[in-house]
Amino acid sequence: MTTFEVSVEPRVAQSLEAMLLIRAFEEQSAALNAAGKSPSMCTSVGQEASAVGVMNALDERDQILTNHRSAGHLLARGADPRRILAEILGKSTGYCGGKSGSLHISVKELGVVLTSTIVGGELSLAPGVALSRQMLGGEGIVVVFFGDGAATEGIFHESINLAAVWNLPVLYVCENNQWQAFVHRKETMLADHISTWGASYGVKSQTVDGNDVDAVTAAAKDAVAYVRGTRKPFLLETYTYRLRGHMEPDPASYVDPAELQSWKERDPIATYEQRLLDEHAITPAELDAMKSRVRARIEDAAQFAMESPYPSFEELTTNVYA
Amino acid sequence: MSTHEENAMTTMTTMTPEAAMAEALAEEMRRDATVITFGEGVATKGYALAQEFGAQRVRNTPLAEGIIAGTAAGAAATGLRPVIDLLFAPFLTFAMEEIVNSAGKLSYISGGQFSFPMVTIARTGSGWAVGAQHNQNNEAWFVHSPGLKVVMPSNAADFKGLLKSAIRDDNPVMFFADIGLLHTPGEVPSGDHVVPIGKASVVREGVDVTLVTYGKTVHSCVAAASTLEENGISAEVIDLRSLKPLDEATVLASVRKTGRAVLVHEAAAPCGVGAELAAIIAEKAFSSLRAPVVRLTGPDAPSPASFPLEAAFAPGADAIVEAVVKQVAN
Repeated sequence: MTTFEVSVEPRVAQSLEAMLLIRAFEEQSAALNAAGKSPSMCTSVGQEASAVGVMNALDERDQILTNHRSAGHLLARGADPRRILAEILGKSTGYCGGKSGSLHISVKELGVVLTSTIVGGELSLAPGVALSRQMLGGEGIVVVFFGDGAATEGIFHESINLAAVWNLPVLYVCENNQWQAFVHRKETMLADHISTWGASYGVKSQTVDGNDVDAVTAAAKDAVAYVRGTRKPFLLETYTYRLRGHMEPDPASYVDPAELQSWKERDPIATYEQRLLDEHAITPAELDAMKSRVRARIEDAAQFAMESPYPSFEELTTNVYA
Repeated sequence: MSTHEENAMTTMTTMTPEAAMAEALAEEMRRDATVITFGEGVATKGYALAQEFGAQRVRNTPLAEGIIAGTAAGAAATGLRPVIDLLFAPFLTFAMEEIVNSAGKLSYISGGQFSFPMVTIARTGSGWAVGAQHNQNNEAWFVHSPGLKVVMPSNAADFKGLLKSAIRDDNPVMFFADIGLLHTPGEVPSGDHVVPIGKASVVREGVDVTLVTYGKTVHSCVAAASTLEENGISAEVIDLRSLKPLDEATVLASVRKTGRAVLVHEAAAPCGVGAELAAIIAEKAFSSLRAPVVRLTGPDAPSPASFPLEAAFAPGADAIVEAVVKQVAN
C-alpha cells in the first residue's frame, strides 16, 4: 500500500490550504464572470473536500480523468492556478493554449488526462486509460471523477461493467452533489446512493461523507490500496452538495432554501477550520497566514491570466490532427 | 485490380477483402506490440488471431458500442493502438459521442497533448439483405466531423493496404467496409502492401468524362466505362479510396482534362461526398466544365431488406451509362 509519508499535522494543514485555494479560485472565476471579464464556468464550490481527499490518496504514478467541474481536481493535483485561470479566459498561456476554455482542461504532465465535458464522456474513456496501464505495465491506477448526473447515463453502466469484466484498475469517484445541471437528483433516480449500484456489477463500493476531508482521505486511501493491489475497479461515492448554481451566473432560485442552508452549515471548509482550531491543530495566526497566502496566489493568478495574450490566429486550425 | 504504385516484380495472392483485412491486422500486430483489437465477437470470429496474439490483445466485448469506442479512445491516447470492430455502420450511432466528441476533438481541445491512433471498422452497403438498421452508408457523417480520417476501399488490395495505413496513422481512422465486396476475391500484392491514406486511384483512364466514385460503385463505374467505350465515349474512373482527406488534386486534374464529372456513390445525395465533390469542382474547375456536374446516388430513404429493392438501391452500370450518354449529348 502506498501512502504519503508525511505526519498528520502537516497533512491536515495541507488539506485545509488546498481547500481554501480551490474556494478562492472558484470565487475569483465567478467574480471575473460577473464583471464580464470571463466566459461562464461550472464551479466546484462546496465539493472541495472530495477533490482534496481523493488527491491525498494518489501519487505521481496515477492518472486522473475529470469533467466540466474540474478546477478543484486540478488544483488539488497541484496544477498552477495561473494557467487554469488563463485557460478559462482562453489565453495562450493556459494549459491547453486557450483551446479548451474552462470545460475540458487536461494537464498531461500531472496525469490529468482526457478531460471531457459531455456528462459521462470521462466514464467512456477511463477503461481505455486503465487498459493501457494493464497492458503497458506499472503500478499506476486510473481515477475518474463524475457526478450523480453522469451515473444516470448509460455509459456509466457500460464503463463500470467493462472495468469489472476486464479487471481494470479504475477508481470510480462519484461526487454525488445532489444536482444534475438544473434538476435535483431526487427527480431522476429512486436510490439515494450511487454506491449501491456497484454490487450489481460485482464492484466493491463505499459511500463517504464528501464534506469531511479527513474521512474522504481515509476512504480514498483504502480504495486506492484496493485498486492498486487487486487491479480491480472500486466505486467510491463522496456524498456532498453543490453550493453554487450549475454554471456562472446562475442565481439558483430553484434550490430549496432550507436544503441549501442545511448544507451550508456543513460547509467542508468552515467545519474543517473550526475542527482544526478546536483541536489546536492550527492557531488562528497560522490560519490567517494561510488565507493571506491563498489570496496572494489567486490575485497573482488573476493578474497573470488577464495580462496573458490570446492565441494567435494561426492556432485556429492547429492540433486538429496529430 | 492493381494499383498504380505497385512494382511489376511483386507477386500476387488472390484473396477476399475479408481475408485481406485479417492479414493486414495480423501483420500489423506482429509488427507493433501496441496494436490490439477488440469488439463484438472479435476473439470468437478471429480465432487464428486470438491463438497467435493471446487474450490480452484480441478481446471480445459487451455489445456496447459506446464503451468499445470510448475504451479505444482512452487506450489510444495513452499508448496503445486499438483496432475496434463495431460490425455495422448504423451501430455507430451508439458510438458517436466517443468517436466524434472525444477521439475527433480532444487532440485540438487539449492543445495537442493527446493523439488518438485508433481504427474503427464498420460494415455497410447493400448485398446482404440486412435492412436499414444494419445498412446505412453514413460515411459522410464522419467526413463532416473534425479530427477524423475516413477510408472506404473497393478491392482486396486496397482493403489490406488502407487498413495497414490506418493502423499506422496517429489519428482516428474510420474504416468503412462495403458488405457487397467482402467476399469478392481479388489480387493482393504479397509482402508489406501499404496504400497511403488521402490518395485516390485512377483505375481507368479516359478523356471524355470523369466518373468519381468509391466502394462498390467503383465496379459499376468500371463496367459502365466498358459499355461507354463500345459507344465511342472514353470514361476515366477515379476510385477515391479515402473520403477524408479527399484527393482533390487527382479529381480536379481529371475533370480539367475531360470537362465532365459524374459523381457516383451508394450513400444518399444530401450533403454527401458527391455534394462536396460537386462544390470543389465548381469552385476550382468551373471553367473546364463542358456540361453540368451529375450526381448518381442511392435514394434518400432507409435501405430495404428485400433483395430486388436492395439491388436497386445503389446506382448500377446501366444508370451510369445512361447519365453519361445524356451528359455528353448536352
